[in-house]
Amino acid sequence: MTTAPRLLQVDADELASAVAGLVAEGARFAGLFATAGDDGATILRALVAHGGSLELLAAQLPPGRRHYPSLTPSIPAASWYEREIHDLFGVVPVDHPRLDPLVLPLVGTEPPFPRPGSGAEGGRVTLDCSPLPAHVTGEGLFTIPYGPVRSGVFEAVEYLVESYGEDIPHLRTRVHYKHRGIERRFSSLPAGDGVLLAERVEGTASVAHATAFCEALEGLAGVEPPPGAGLVRVVHAELERIACHLDSVIRHTEGAGQAVAYARLTLHKERLMRLRAQLCGHRFARGVVVPGGVSGPPLLGAAGALDGVERLEAAVAKDTHALMQTPSFLDRLRRTGLLPAEVAVPHGALGPVGRGSGVAGDVREARPYGRYRQLGFRPAETRAEGDALARQVVRLDEVASSFRLVRAALDELPRAAAGGRWREEVPVVDGIGLGSAEAPQGELVYLVEVSAGRLRRVKPRTASFHNLALLPQAFRGDILTDFVFIEASFGLSMAGAAG
Amino acid sequence: MPWVLRGLREGVVTTPYPRRPDGYGESFRAAVSVHRQDAPAHGREIVELCPTGAIAIEDDTIFLHRDRCILCGRCVAADPARFAFEENPETATIGRRPLVVPPGDGDEEGLVRLRRDLARRVRAFRRSVHIRHVDAGSDGSEEWEVAALLNPVYDVQRLGIHFTASPRHADMLLVTGAGSVGMAGPLRRTYEAMPHPKVVIAAGVDAASGGLAHPTYATTGGVEAHLPVDVYVPGSPPSPFSLLHGILLAIGLVETGATR
Ligand code: SF4
Repeated sequence: MTTAPRLLQVDADELASAVAGLVAEGARFAGLFATAGDDGATILRALVAHGGSLELLAAQLPPGRRHYPSLTPSIPAASWYEREIHDLFGVVPVDHPRLDPLVLPLVGTEPPFPRPGSGAEGGRVTLDCSPLPAHVTGEGLFTIPYGPVRSGVFEAVEYLVESYGEDIPHLRTRVHYKHRGIERRFSSLPAGDGVLLAERVEGTASVAHATAFCEALEGLAGVEPPPGAGLVRVVHAELERIACHLDSVIRHTEGAGQAVAYARLTLHKERLMRLRAQLCGHRFARGVVVPGGVSGPPLLGAAGALDGVERLEAAVAKDTHALMQTPSFLDRLRRTGLLPAEVAVPHGALGPVGRGSGVAGDVREARPYGRYRQLGFRPAETRAEGDALARQVVRLDEVASSFRLVRAALDELPRAAAGGRWREEVPVVDGIGLGSAEAPQGELVYLVEVSAGRLRRVKPRTASFHNLALLPQAFRGDILTDFVFIEASFGLSMAGAAG
Repeated sequence: MPWVLRGLREGVVTTPYPRRPDGYGESFRAAVSVHRQDAPAHGREIVELCPTGAIAIEDDTIFLHRDRCILCGRCVAADPARFAFEENPETATIGRRPLVVPPGDGDEEGLVRLRRDLARRVRAFRRSVHIRHVDAGSDGSEEWEVAALLNPVYDVQRLGIHFTASPRHADMLLVTGAGSVGMAGPLRRTYEAMPHPKVVIAAGVDAASGGLAHPTYATTGGVEAHLPVDVYVPGSPPSPFSLLHGILLAIGLVETGATR
C-alpha cells in the first residue's frame, strides 16, 4: 500500500527555485501538473521523487493569474509538462525556451478561455492540424514530416526532421493527433468506473494502469488487497511486461529484416496473449485489477497456468538467446540511438530507457507495492552504453526476471489464497492520493484527487510522456534509416504520451 | 541452430479459420448476449450499472448495444439469467444497427440495401484486398491486435489480405480509435486519396461509438462522424479473430455475423 504523499505548499513565484533546490539535493523531478481550483484559480503541482518516496509541491495561482516563472530553464525535463499545461489550462510559464503547442494546438493565437483542462464544460475544440508548423521558416531550413499516418500498423504520431543546412538534423515529435482529453473524462465518471478508463489510457499497459489507479484509491482508504489478490496482480503485470518487451524486440527484428526471428517472436507473443486470455478471459487482462484486489483467481488454476508459463518461457529464452548471437542483427542496434547518461540522468529517464543509459530505479524496488518485496524482486542491472542494444539487453533481462516472478507468484498462490478472498471493500475517501506501478514503459504514477466522492482530478503520469521528450536527444547524428530502431527501442505508447 | 531451421520446428501453427472454427478463438469472451429480454424489477439499476450506457430498456424490453459494450462483465455478474458472455468471435456486422441485440423488428429493407451495395463494391476484392490502417485516437491495444493478423497464426496473406502503406493502393480503410479531433483531417485525407471502390471498417468499440473514451472535448464518438462506415467490429479491443471476421465479412468471403 502506498503511504500518503508529502504535500508542501509554496508560492507560485517560488515553485521553480523550490523544485530546483530539491533536485540539487539529489531528488528527481518526476512531473508537473495543473488542476483547476475553485473560482478560476489554478493549482500547480510538482512531483518529486526523493529516495523511496514521492513528494508533491503545490503552488496556487489566484483567479485571473495566468503566469508563473518557468521551471524549464533550471529543470529541462519540465519542458513538456509546461507545454502541456499551457495547452490545457492557458497558463504561461514565463521564460520557457520554446513554448510550442504539444497536445492541443488550438487555432488562433489567443484561444478561448477557459481552456479544456479547467473542467468548464465547453464544446469540442478546433485544432490547428496544418501539416507543417506554420512558424517554422528561415533560410536553409527544411523539414521532413513523417506521419501521423505512417507505413505499417502504428499509432498516430508525427515526427518532423528539421534540418538547418549541414547541421545535425533536429527531431520534433507531434503527439497531439491522438490526444483524447482522457484526463478530463475521468472527472465525469463515478469513482468506481475510473479503473475501467485507467485500463484504456495506455491500452498495452492496462494492468499497470489499473494497479496504479487502484493503489491511489486504496491508499486514500487505507485498505490493503488480500495477499492472493496481490499475487494475481503480479502474474498479470509481469505477463504484460513480457508482451510489451517482446513487442519492442519484434519491431527490431522487423526493422532489421530478420524474417525468421520476426515470425518466431510474433508467434510467441501471440501464444502469450492467448495464455493471458485463458487466465482471465481477456487478452490484455482488462477487468482483472479492481479497487481492493482482483476479480478472481487465474481461470486455469495455479498449476495449469504454471504449465503454460513454463513452456512459453523455454521457447522465448531459446529464440531470444539465438537472436543475441546473430551479429548482423546486433550490428544494427549497437551505437544506434545513443542516449548518453549525461542526458538521461538529469532528465530522470524511466524504465528500460533509463536503465539502458545507467539510470537505476524501478518502482517495484524503490516503493515496493503489491507482493514484489515478498517475492524477492531484484531489478535488472543497468547498462552504461545507452544505445538501442543496451535497451534491448535490459528488456531481455527483465523478460527473464518477469517469468521468474510469474512462476514464484503462481507457486505461492494456493497457500496465500487459502482464505478465498480476492478483494476488499474500498470506501471512496476524499483527499489526494498517489499510486504507482512499474509499467513496462517505466514508472507510472497516478495522482487521484477525490472530492465529495467524485473523481475531481485524475492525472496519469506515464513513462511514455516523460521519456518521449528524450527521443530527439537519442536521434542526434543518426541516419534516418536507424529511426525505426530508435523508436522501437524506446518502446513507448503514443496513447499514453498524448493523453 | 541457424534461423532457417528454427523456422521449421513448429510445424503448422496457422489457424484453420475461416475454413473451420478455431478452438482457441472460441475460448474467451467476444461479446455479451441477452438471454431474457424482459426487464427485471431492478431495470434502472441494470441500465445504470453499465459504464458506457450500452444497456437500454424500451417498453420493458432489454436491448444491448454492442457498439458501446466494453465487455466489462458487470451485467453478466449482476444478472446471469439475462446477460451472458458469448464466445463466438464472429462479432462483426454490416452497418451499425445489427450491433443492437437481440435484433428488433427494424428496417430490414435498409439492411438488405446496405449489404447489396457493399457486395457490389467489393466484387473486385475477393482474390486480394489491400488495407490501409489509420489510428484515429486508439488506446494502443487495437494496433497490437491488427498487427497480430500478420503473425504466423493468422497469416492473413494466405487469404489474399495485405496491408499497404499507400492509400492510393488501398481498397479498404481499417480505422481504430474514438475519432480524436486531431486525426479528423489526416483521416479524411487518407480516405480521399483511396481509389474507388473503397470500404471502411470501424475496428473496436472506440471506433464504433467512442467507447469509454467519449465524450470529451477532443473525441468525436467514433469514425462515423468523419466517414461512411461499412463494417463494424465491436470489442475493446477486438480480438484478431473478430477483426479477421470483419475483413472477410466486408469482402463477402463469410456470410453473417454474431446475430446468427
Ligand atoms: S459487459 Fe457490456 S453491456 Fe454489460 S455492463 Fe459491461 S459494458 Fe455494459
